[in-house]
Amino acid sequence: MIFRCQRCHQAKATVHITDMMPEQNEQHLCEECAEKEGIIVKHQHQTTSAILQEFIKHKTGIAGADDRACPKCGLTFREFRLKGQLGCPHDYEAFRSLLAPLIERAHEGGTHHVGKVPSTADSTIHRETGLVRLRRELQEAIEQENYEEAARVRDQIQALETSESS
Amino acid sequence: MTLDDLARLTGEWLRGVGPMSDVVISSRVRLARNLADYPFLATASDSERADIYRTLAERIAATPVGSDALLVDVETTEPIDRQLLVERHLISRQHAAGEGHRGVSISPSETRALMINEEDHLRIQALRSGLQLEALWNEVNEVDDALGASLSFAFDRQFGYLTACPTNVGTGIRVSVMVHLPALRLTKEIERVDRAARDLRLAVRGMYGEGTEAVGDFYQISNQTTLGITEDEILRNFGEKIIPKIVEYEWAARESLTQHRAAQLDDKVWRAYGILCNARCMSSEETLARLSPIRMAIHLGRFDEFDIATLNEIFLHIQPAHLQKIHGTPLDGEERSIARAEYIRKRLKG
Repeated sequence: MIFRCQRCHQAKATVHITDMMPEQNEQHLCEECAEKEGIIVKHQHQTTSAILQEFIKHKTGIAGADDRACPKCGLTFREFRLKGQLGCPHDYEAFRSLLAPLIERAHEGGTHHVGKVPSTADSTIHRETGLVRLRRELQEAIEQENYEEAARVRDQIQALETSESS
Repeated sequence: MTLDDLARLTGEWLRGVGPMSDVVISSRVRLARNLADYPFLATASDSERADIYRTLAERIAATPVGSDALLVDVETTEPIDRQLLVERHLISRQHAAGEGHRGVSISPSETRALMINEEDHLRIQALRSGLQLEALWNEVNEVDDALGASLSFAFDRQFGYLTACPTNVGTGIRVSVMVHLPALRLTKEIERVDRAARDLRLAVRGMYGEGTEAVGDFYQISNQTTLGITEDEILRNFGEKIIPKIVEYEWAARESLTQHRAAQLDDKVWRAYGILCNARCMSSEETLARLSPIRMAIHLGRFDEFDIATLNEIFLHIQPAHLQKIHGTPLDGEERSIARAEYIRKRLKG
């Protein structure tokens, strides 16, 4: 998913503003529009880790989130926010809904794995990953108005979707 | 092969060959993996760490990957030898400075280093001179397949390969390319690279804020996004768009220097050479700073008092751990400064 500037709808949004008061509101603007809105953009290079650190330092606003704990390793979400590191692989399941927005933000809107899958993973995972990747390709083809490519990808999606029932 | 043997070799990443090697010094690809049945290292107990280490070391040794590799137990290795590995880009500073049972498996050609118990249980790394991303991917992918066949890596259908820090989740891939950009600094255009990198969400190390220069004009450019994109897309972005663009900028700046500021450029190069040949005390930083314009001048065909291979050898051997290993005895800061200058003089003038 590409964040497009909410003002000009053209350029990619690289300035993200979260208003906390009176209520939580997020804005996504490109640098030019941000400057037009009077927001001074410091040309500071922020790494993904830095973005993540800032994000997780603030409470999620979800009641009881901090106290949620992983049943396997016992790490609480609060501890994760303080350390910046997770305790065990199961944490991703235990904190799934809390981690998802963080991860999306840290990975330029990426929400689902579309890359390599372990050879030992079962076929449904291969299929699911393949479908997510193809749907993304379809979206991009439509955005780029490449309808021939879009049709080709749509066929691949259909083939993969029906392959489960066979 | 022992660590002492390594000190005298120049190592893969400084071979100075490979595509675009006049600007791209080296490229590296790493994959982060964790065993599914163990906690991440931040919460793992000592005995769990030891189990993870043993499991991975055994698996590595049992596959073609590790058959002729050198397994180094970093925990019990002397600090100077750890530093040696850092200087050769085989382990990270974090791994050298870390605590607890940890190690690294190094291939004889030093093109591959598998770190055990660094931030994740396993970090598969391949390293080459110049820009060779496809070859690097094939290598790490092969290792990943070989080890993944008999080990269960932590994986989630939504988040992909699971890592200790969510910033690495998904593909777990980090592509890093080290580039040499002396001309862009001299023409004061290095800001272009910073801006391009920022727009593309790349990490650039070696740039410590506005106005501060990277040591030796080296910059390490890496991807940050690892989820929602395929490994192939990340590699192609780097290999076909990002790096060629940066190389283009640098070439244009070099062209501009040779066209309009040739005398000043040559002056900078020959003054640097003069200092290297004659100084009695040299810090690492200054040595790298002096070598930088010379490296560029050699590639431009404007300087031939010595060649790139020699330059790369000097580059590596003046670093603290290498210097002491070659010298044969430990040296404190001041002694190193003197020994360094002496080594350089001998190397350049015989």
